[in-house]
Amino acid sequence: MSDSSPNIIEVRNLAKTYDVLPVLKPLDLDIPRGQFVALLGPNGSGKTTLLRLIAGLIKPTAGTIRIGGWQIPQETEAIRAQIGMVSHKPLLYDNLTARENLRFFARLYHLPPQDIPPRIDLLLKRVGLFKRAETLVRTFSRGMLQRLSIARALLHDPHVLLFDEPHTGLDRDAMTILDNLLLEAHQEGHTIIMTTHHLESAAQLAERAVIIYRGSIACDTPTSPDLPRTYANVTGGIV
Amino acid sequence: MNTPFLQVMLAVIAKDFRAELRSRELIGTMLMFAVLSILVFSFALELDRIARQEAVSGVLWVTLVFASILGLNRSMSMERENASIEALLLAPVSRAALFAGKFIGNFVFTLIIGLFLLPLMTVLYNMPLVSGWMFVVMAGGIFGFASTGTLLAAMTVQTRAREALLPIALLPVALPLLLSAVKASTAIISDAAFDTWATWLQIIIVVDIVYTVVALLGFGFVVEE
Repeated sequence: MSDSSPNIIEVRNLAKTYDVLPVLKPLDLDIPRGQFVALLGPNGSGKTTLLRLIAGLIKPTAGTIRIGGWQIPQETEAIRAQIGMVSHKPLLYDNLTARENLRFFARLYHLPPQDIPPRIDLLLKRVGLFKRAETLVRTFSRGMLQRLSIARALLHDPHVLLFDEPHTGLDRDAMTILDNLLLEAHQEGHTIIMTTHHLESAAQLAERAVIIYRGSIACDTPTSPDLPRTYANVTGGIV
Repeated sequence: MNTPFLQVMLAVIAKDFRAELRSRELIGTMLMFAVLSILVFSFALELDRIARQEAVSGVLWVTLVFASILGLNRSMSMERENASIEALLLAPVSRAALFAGKFIGNFVFTLIIGLFLLPLMTVLYNMPLVSGWMFVVMAGGIFGFASTGTLLAAMTVQTRAREALLPIALLPVALPLLLSAVKASTAIISDAAFDTWATWLQIIIVVDIVYTVVALLGFGFVVEE
């Protein structure tokens, strides 16, 4: 399906309810191609739910999501190839090496066999893990796991990258490395949506901040150094 | 477009085997349990040859079933650790192919245990357990048990009481398979004519087909929301 819309993601009347608890109230959201969006909000506000809905990991109670012209939930399978996701959990196998993990996921994404080794080498170099390629993932630090997760998410060169609280558990140095990787991915033209509690990182990295509060979009604004104050005003200071 | 079924299935099998060769967590646990169980029963039945002859196929299948449950729990837990299963679900792959990969891995691991037990029990129980038909019945029984077990393990691994819940959910479902396998094994050990126990083998084959088709179709519903 071709898509002439300037928006790579179009969310319409999207709602999600668990049992009788509404986690996301009907909301609309358009994200242009190549934009870096920070999804902000207190714990339980619904930002991770929105991210998981966009990833096709959960099904909406109501509404639609269009990604690159394809629609969730009807065409979720076509959308999966366009999405890469990094969670605060690594989504990797402990008993495989970094290279084996990437090779496994490359096969799942149907990369041509001859392209897999150079692609893995390129990504491992990019995330600074080339020298640790043959090391078991279970020996990796939290920062190294997060970098390898980014390599995994970039394997199939997806249009949309989703980051769910990628800064969780990282020290200052690891956060700087992660932020640089995020900036590189953005400069390459990937559309990025990132949930985070780190308002400083959000203000520096993202072009746009969407603050979700109690299941609704409470604020949708270009990022600026004033973001922490805007956030505090919207949420009543709840982080 | 989805990645081809066979490619996904083989990738999952290769991944599970590679991880297992490295850690030996799954086979090690299953084998330790199986050997201990066989030894305990061997001492308990040592003096009574008739009781041993009647009980040996039951001992074999009880041991295989519980060893298999240990393996199934560990196999699916591996996918839940680090939320790796989410990475599988994010990929453009058929859920049936993911199931087939996990199921074949579980089947082979349990079959390896079974193949180890047959000669061991032949020695310990002084019974002729190593035969072509015994292998066929064992492979058939493990096949159906592994397919149902993989589906139910994917379901129960999401709960807190997964170790307790899997046998409770699995054993009633697998009962027709187990009964048929025990009956057929007993007949083979007693050197009964094929015609007298062929029905049990036919039941095993039919149950295998039905369970595997249901599991292939149902796996997507189980692992997705």
